[in-house]
Parts: sequence; C-alpha cells; structure tokens
Amino acid sequence: MGTSLFEKLWQAHVVCEESADRPAVLFIDLHLVHEVTSPQGFDTLRERGLPVRRPDLTVATLDHSTPTTPPDEDGQRHYYTDQARNQVETLERNCEAFGIRLEGWDSEHRGVVHVMGPEIGATQPGMTVVCGDSHTATHGAFGALAFGIGTTEVGYVLATQCLLQRKPKSMRIVVDGQLGPGVSAKDLILHIINTIGVNGGTGHVIEYAGEAIEALTMEQRMTVCNMTIEAGARAGMIAPDQKTIDYLRGRALAPAGEAFEAAADRWLALRSDEQAVFDHEVRLDAAAIEPTVTWGIDPSMSIPVGASVPAGGSDSVDRALDYMGLHGGQALAGHPVDIVFIGSCTNGRISDLRAAASVLAGRKVAADTRMLIVPGSEAVRRQAEAEGLHEIFLAAGAEWREPGCSMCLAMNGDLVAPGLTAVSTSNRNFEGRQGQGARTMLASPLTAAACAVAGCVVDPRTLMGEAA
Amino acid sequence: MEAFTQLTGPALVLSQVNIDTDQIIPGRFLTATSFEGMGDYAFADWRFDAQGEPLPDCVLNEPRAAASPILVAGRNFGCGSSREHAPRALLGFGFRVVISSEIADIFRNNAQNVGLLPIVLEPAQHEQLLAMDGEALTVDLEACEVRTPAGQVFSFQLDGFARYCLLKGMDRLDFLLAQQDQIKSYEDNHER
Repeated sequence: MGTSLFEKLWQAHVVCEESADRPAVLFIDLHLVHEVTSPQGFDTLRERGLPVRRPDLTVATLDHSTPTTPPDEDGQRHYYTDQARNQVETLERNCEAFGIRLEGWDSEHRGVVHVMGPEIGATQPGMTVVCGDSHTATHGAFGALAFGIGTTEVGYVLATQCLLQRKPKSMRIVVDGQLGPGVSAKDLILHIINTIGVNGGTGHVIEYAGEAIEALTMEQRMTVCNMTIEAGARAGMIAPDQKTIDYLRGRALAPAGEAFEAAADRWLALRSDEQAVFDHEVRLDAAAIEPTVTWGIDPSMSIPVGASVPAGGSDSVDRALDYMGLHGGQALAGHPVDIVFIGSCTNGRISDLRAAASVLAGRKVAADTRMLIVPGSEAVRRQAEAEGLHEIFLAAGAEWREPGCSMCLAMNGDLVAPGLTAVSTSNRNFEGRQGQGARTMLASPLTAAACAVAGCVVDPRTLMGEAA
Repeated sequence: MEAFTQLTGPALVLSQVNIDTDQIIPGRFLTATSFEGMGDYAFADWRFDAQGEPLPDCVLNEPRAAASPILVAGRNFGCGSSREHAPRALLGFGFRVVISSEIADIFRNNAQNVGLLPIVLEPAQHEQLLAMDGEALTVDLEACEVRTPAGQVFSFQLDGFARYCLLKGMDRLDFLLAQQDQIKSYEDNHER
C-alpha cells in the first residue's frame, strides 16, 4: 500500500508517536504570528519565565487590526480604536522582547500573514506550518501541512516548537478537465465547498489533485487551499511541482544557490504514491463549474451566477434568505450591490488585482456602488503600482488602500453597514462577518469587479472580451 | 484550566445548524489583548441590536441563560475561525459544556485547551437533547455519560488525553515541556 503526501509529512514531523493515551507530539517548522491571536500566548511565556524556543522558525506581521488608510501628514496612523493600536504595539513589543522577525510597518512585505509567508519564501514544501488563524490552510498550496491553531496552542508552539495532535483522516479531491474562460480558482473552491458541505472535510486533511489543479498557478492554488477550512477540513494541500520550485526560487527566506537545487530535488519527490489510499475520495469535473457566487450565510450556500437561489422551506435556507434580503427562487443576477471588496488572504494577490483591473480598465464603478481594493501585502501594493493597476482602479472610481485584512472580517473599521449587500473576494459570508447586519456574497475578483461596474450581480463573462 | 468531573444543570438549546465562531463572538471584539470579560460579548449580535440594546426575543437574554452550564447546539457547532475567544466567551458567559452531533475541529481543540467540555453525540441522541430545552442534564466526565431527568443515559467518547487533562485541570504545556529531551533530539536530527 502506498503512502499519501499528508502521511509522509506527518511521519516526518512526529517527535513522539501517538498512542491511545496521548496524542502525537508534532514538530512545527514555521510559526506565523499576527497581533490578534498572539498576545496571551506571549503572556504565558512571561508568566513562566520561558523564552521562544525557536525564534528562527517564527515570523510575525501586522494585518488584522491595522488601518488601510495611509498615515496623516505627521506620519500618524489612525487606528479604528485605541485597543486596536494597543494590540499592534503589543506585538511589536513582544517581537522585540523575544527576538522574533517582524514584517512590520517598515517592511516591504508587511501584509496579510498568508500573503506574506509565501512571498518571502518562509513557506516551503514539506514543512509543517501553523498560525493562530484558520486560513493557515493557504500554505498547503506549497505541499506543506499547514493548519490554524488557537491562542493557547500559539503559546505551546512559542515555548516548545511543538503541538499535541491526533492524526487526522485523509481525503483526496481530484478535479478533472479544465476550468472554462472567466472561471477562476475561487469559483472552483466555492463549487467544492458546495459539493462536500461546510462540514464535509471535518477531521480530514484534503489533498487536491488532477488536471485542473495541476493547471493552476501558485497564487490560484493558494486560493483553493485557503478556503479548505470553509469545508471544515484541518488542512488542504497540493503536491509540489515545477511551478512550486519556480515560485520559490530567489525568495528571501528560500535556500539559495546549490542548496536551493538540492532542496528542489527533495521537494519534487514529495507526492502521494500511486497506490496511496485515502479515507475519502471525491472526483469533480472542472468544465462543469461556472462563475459562482454565494447567496446565503455560509460558504457552501452558493450557485452559478446565472442561477436562482433555493426556494426555501428548510430552517437554514429560510434564515439565510431572510438575512440576505432575498426571496426564495429569485435569480441572483440583477440583485443590487452596494459595496465591492477586493482583497484578503483568499484573493488579495497580484494576479487577483490584475483580474480586477482587466474588467475595470476603461470602465467606471456604478454610481451607487462603492468599491474598495486592498492589496494583500506591501509587495503586492508596490507591484500593482509599478504596473499602473492603481491608476485603473482610481480612474474607475474605486478606493485603493494600504494592505491588511480590512473588510474581510471588519476588525479595523473597514465595515459594511447594516443591511447593505457586499460582493466580496474574501472567504466568509457568515452573518455579521463584514459588520453587524452586513450581507456578504462571496465571489472571484473577476465577478466582483464586474458586479462593481454593473452595480448588481452579473456574470463576468458578459464583460470579458467586450470592448470597454 | 479548571478541572471538570461532573455537573448537573439546565440545558440551553440553540438548535440552529452551523453556528460559526463569528456568531459566538463577532470579530470586532477580538482587539483585546486579554481574554478577560469575553463572556460579555458571547453571541453579541444575537443578544443586542446595533445600538447595544438587548433583544427581548433572544433566548440568551433570558435570566435562565446565564444559569445554564450546558449548551446544546445544532449540528456542526463552532465552524469558521480559529479564534480561541469563542470558547473563552462561552466559558465567560457561564457554559462549561457544549453538546452537538458535530463540532468543528479547531473549536473543539480550543475548547479542550481552555476547559470547555465539547461533547459529540450520535445524531439520534442529539436530536432528543435538542427537545430538552431548560431540563436539568447531568454530564459525567468520569463515566463519559450525559444523563437526562427521565433516566436516559447517552454515552460519549472523548480523546483519552483530553479527558485526562480536563479531569485533572492539567495544562498541556507542562506535558509538552516535559518532552524537551525528545524535542531536542528531533531538532538535532533534522537540521535544515
């Protein structure tokens, strides 16, 4: 019997085997840290007089509570609350005190932690990666075992570089064929979550494979792995290939020179054996997937953009329709959109901004619609500006902001007002996620940009290839 | 972490499925740097309107809610974010036990780590408990049983180590720190 990629990564990181009495002690190769879920973890170290065991395997950044507006003339940043400022400054102090690398305000890589990690080459194939953040699953795109943890566990990893874990089950999702024009990685993962359900992956690590997955770029793979948690799975992963190697070559924290070539050989060998057996297998056809939009209050409640929402009749569907201000059975196309948000760890990378720009070039955001575009990191912002994308956004009437999590979870004051409908490239459409009473529809950057132009839900393919 | 052996108290039922961590504690309350007072924000958007006024129809605003140590919730409780603020908020609100037919992975880990007992029951048993709003249940972690006033006994399984830690009120960090020799040996054999 063969061994799966997940199994190989797991075995390579077991410090102490699990038994009936106790979970495995699992070694962590990379610990990513942000301001929201770390302060109490550092407090634990202080209370016990402990150092950070491996500051060399720990990287921090500032993203959730940070303002996306630029500093004022005096260089002052305007935080949403004093508490938000204090949280950011607390992480700055903790990194200083414990000797941790911080991609802070002065870094050209500061940004959403799951954009920053791969960008600086910290994320590498074969690693175990954790962060006090459920979207840590993103890093699985590199063939890493990456998952979110709570703050108590952040403290454990700071103190011991290890976690206590029971081995999850394995699932493989094979996607055959090719995605059609105008259909993106975001549509693919929304379709997968719709197929297996918000709890379909609970207790599992998912490996994505097949022709359609192999065809994805690294940034698209990150989008797919990122939302694995929205199906309840511990982690998502994709076996490394030449695209993975090409992406990592020359990144700051990746090996250099001969060491890189040696690492690349090791990385390319990381894949599931032909005969590997999974606890659960799912097979999908990419060609059947259309631009997809969520209509409800969890990420599985999605439909092709041209379809109609369910008729209702069950408690959960009725509650969702009521919250979203939709009638059972109505078509989604044409439904008014108040706000469009492009950004987040799901879709805040340069390719996402290019997709949005391809729709917005020569067009205007609809008069009654507000559009916010937030790059995933400083590096993404600089690249976008070097390409002139920001000029396209500004000319279209969109707001071009500084990097951060922003309106994905609305901690920093970038809020959707009660009752307004937002089409968002982020990852969660839970009630109140983008602000109390906010109505969120998740979509790809292409679809979101098309909705901004139309002022309502629209199939992006109607704007593609058509002169602006 | 406070030890848990057994308790008897009224159940509060929230039968909605997929109650996510943004419902349990909305993101805007995550900017604190300590977990103190998190209970005040548990289910904030269910309990209060946009002006902060309590919503009279919300069961969580009834006096009995704060006196109910057991939360019986719909399927797939705790999905979403890894925020430990969620189980902390439930503890702060007064819950010690959460029962469902499915509990999301990260929430369950976090709950175990902070002393909130997460219990997963068979769907048929869970269904019966969903109809017992306000009834006094006994949760016995020694026996791994939930007992109803009518004398029904629902057995549950909990990871042996998690059960041991909860029974003793043991912090897992002590356990991990005791493995330092093995960790050192692993590090020595896995130099990058």
